[in-house]
Parts: sequence; C-alpha cells; structure tokens
Amino acid sequence: MAEAFKFELVSPERLLVSTEVESVVIPGAEGEMTVMAHHAPVMTTIKPGVVTVKTASGGEERYVVFGGFADIVPAGCTLLAESAVAVKDVDRADLARRIQEAKEDAADAKDDQARSKAEQFLSQLTTLEGAILPA
Amino acid sequence: MPSLKDLRNRIASVKATQKITKAMQMVAAAKLRRAQEAAEAARPYSERMGSVLANITQAIGSGGDAPALMTGTGKDNVHLLVVCTAERGLCGGFNSQIARLARDHIRRLLADGKQVKIICVGKKGFDILRRDYASMILDRVDLREVKTLGFVNADAIAKKVIHLFNEGAFDICTLFYSQFKSVISQVPTAQQIIPAGVASAPAEAVDGGNAVYEYEPEPGEILSDLIPRNISVQVFRALLENAAGEMGAKMSAMDNATRNAGEMINKLSITYNRQRQAQITKELIEIISGAEAL
Repeated sequence: MAEAFKFELVSPERLLVSTEVESVVIPGAEGEMTVMAHHAPVMTTIKPGVVTVKTASGGEERYVVFGGFADIVPAGCTLLAESAVAVKDVDRADLARRIQEAKEDAADAKDDQARSKAEQFLSQLTTLEGAILPA
Repeated sequence: MPSLKDLRNRIASVKATQKITKAMQMVAAAKLRRAQEAAEAARPYSERMGSVLANITQAIGSGGDAPALMTGTGKDNVHLLVVCTAERGLCGGFNSQIARLARDHIRRLLADGKQVKIICVGKKGFDILRRDYASMILDRVDLREVKTLGFVNADAIAKKVIHLFNEGAFDICTLFYSQFKSVISQVPTAQQIIPAGVASAPAEAVDGGNAVYEYEPEPGEILSDLIPRNISVQVFRALLENAAGEMGAKMSAMDNATRNAGEMINKLSITYNRQRQAQITKELIEIISGAEAL
C-alpha cells in the first residue's frame, strides 16, 4: 500500500478535487508522469489529456483537462487546469468544437512556428479524443 | 388639490411599482447568492496561481528572460483601460462609481500628456464613457447574452488585451472593476495587470518552503505560458466580483425603492382619508344647515 498524499485539481470555475490520493498520472508537456508521495518538487505545464487519480480509498477517477500546469511538492500536488471535467461528463460536442477551432488555428497560422504549435495542439486533442472514446 | 379619484389612482400606481421593486429585490437576492458562490469557487484557483507565480518569479530572479508581459515595454506612453461594468441599470450608483473612477484616471493621464485607449466590458460603462471619450474606445465586450459567467468569457477578453499588447498598441493596462466587500459596500478598484505586478513581495509562506523546483520545460517557457493565463484569471475574478457587486447594489437599491414606495403610500393614504372625511363633514354641514333653515 503506497503512502497517500494530498492532491488538488482546480479549474478557474471551482475546486474539483481535493482529496488524499495514492498516485496521480499527469499528462505533462514533456511526457506523462506518475506522481506519488514524496515526489521531488517539480513544476510542469500540462497538455490536453487525461488525468488518472488513484484515491487512497482504492477508487480510480479520470478527468479530462485542457492545458494548465501542475505544481508538485513532496507534501502534495496541485493541478491548475484551464478547464477540467470528469471523463464520464465529457461533452463530445464541446471536444469536437475545440478540435475544429484548433484546425482553423493551424490553417490560419502565419508563420511556421505558430503553425507547428497549432498542429501540435491539434494532435494532442485528437489523441485525447481517441483515448476517451471507448470510455 | 388633487381630487379623491386622482389620489386613488396615484395610490394604486405606487402600489404596483412597489410590487415590481419588491420582486426585483428578491430576484437580485437569489442571483447574488449564486454570484457569491461562483466568486468563492473561483478563489482557490487564483490563490494557487498567485503562489505558483511568486515561486517561479523567485526562481527566475531578475534574469533577463522574463516575458515582456511581466516587465512591460519600459515606457508608459499609451495606457489601456479595461472598464468592467454591469449590463443592466437599476443598481444604484454601482456603474457610475466605476465609471467615475475610470474617468478620473483618464483625466489624470490626459493631463500628463499620455495617450489613452479604452475597452468597455458591459453596456452601462460604455454608455457613460461614450459621452466624453467616444474616440478612445477601441472595443466593447457585450456579455448580455451570457447567462452564467464562464472562464471562456474572461479568456476571450484577456486574449484580446494580450493580442493588442503584442502588437504594441499600449504600454500599460489597467483593469477597472468593483470589488465586492459586502452586500452594501462595493469598492470601485483600479488594478494594473500589464506589466503584472507580481514580483513584489515574493511570499515566504509558499508551500514547500525553499524547495528547489525542477522545471519542465524551462522556467522562462512556463512563465510565458503562465502570465497570459494569469491575466485571464485576473479578468475572470474582476468579472465575478462585478457580478456579485452588481447584484448586491441592485438588492439594496431595490430595497430602498420598496421602502420609499411604502412611505409614499402611507402619506398618500393619509391625504386621501383626510380629504374624504372633509368631504363627508362638508356634506353633513350642508344637510344640517338646510334642515335648520326650514
């Protein structure tokens, strides 16, 4: 049994989760990472993806986040998400709209840098869509 | 002297008005509670954001790689004012207070020879400022259709501001809104959001103490991601505080109106009764004196 630590998932609208957890999988900007108790202090931005939370009581919850960043200290982990919803509540139409917007962004991009950024964002979104489809 | 019939009509119309103001007060009270809850729910995010920002600025120190949004352009010639007001009136001095603060600010800036640009959020502020400063208003954001304020609304405004900044359209951006102190007191506030005044007072009580953070990606990169988001959060907070403040102001304004209507009804009823009695007395005297004459 792994040690529990404090995890908070906050979106601008409200505090979604504030609980003791065993581990959290975060879609970091430079790769997924699993956070457990006594993690070294890390601050990372996150890309659109699924956050998997394993609570201390043994349950597992999954949330979809659209960008944000995570602040990890040995005592706990705070995830500030731009917007976050539980996987089961995901609005498919909303996701489709975001993908559409990302596509337009990619098409409108003025220089290569902006385009590659937009395309990267788009691919992250489509991966995300694939990941939650069966759910 | 108005006739009895006039008085009766008057009383009926004041009563109808009172009913309306009473209903509006109750609606405002219900909305206020919701707005307050929303404002409270948003608080953890902005608090965390503040502490994370303090942490990261500390880590970067005064290194030159802080993004321009934070350090500013180094000039202060062109000022952008984002004036947030309500969409609807009938809320006492709420809108005019914010507008007055903004106007004083504009006057001071103009006296100093600065250039001023304005973005209006909310219809009322636009209506007031348009009278004097129509040429300076760049844009207005209409939130009338919006039922529940979401982060997206704030984000859209912030993106607009950042876009203007990147184009070099202004040097300093100040946000005007009303701080929600309590139901009866809203304090109009001016807050500078660009360049962000975070560097002041790096909190010592940041969780984790002086832990050395690892950054993924580089601190500068995170910061350049974080600062625009922080601006959105500030705007969002301002909008929420405004929404709560508007409802608070509306509630007390409507409470006053209801009370005034009550007073007016009392006064009118007294006049009405007095006149009716006078008329009865007059008729009696006529009858009695008629009978005595016989």
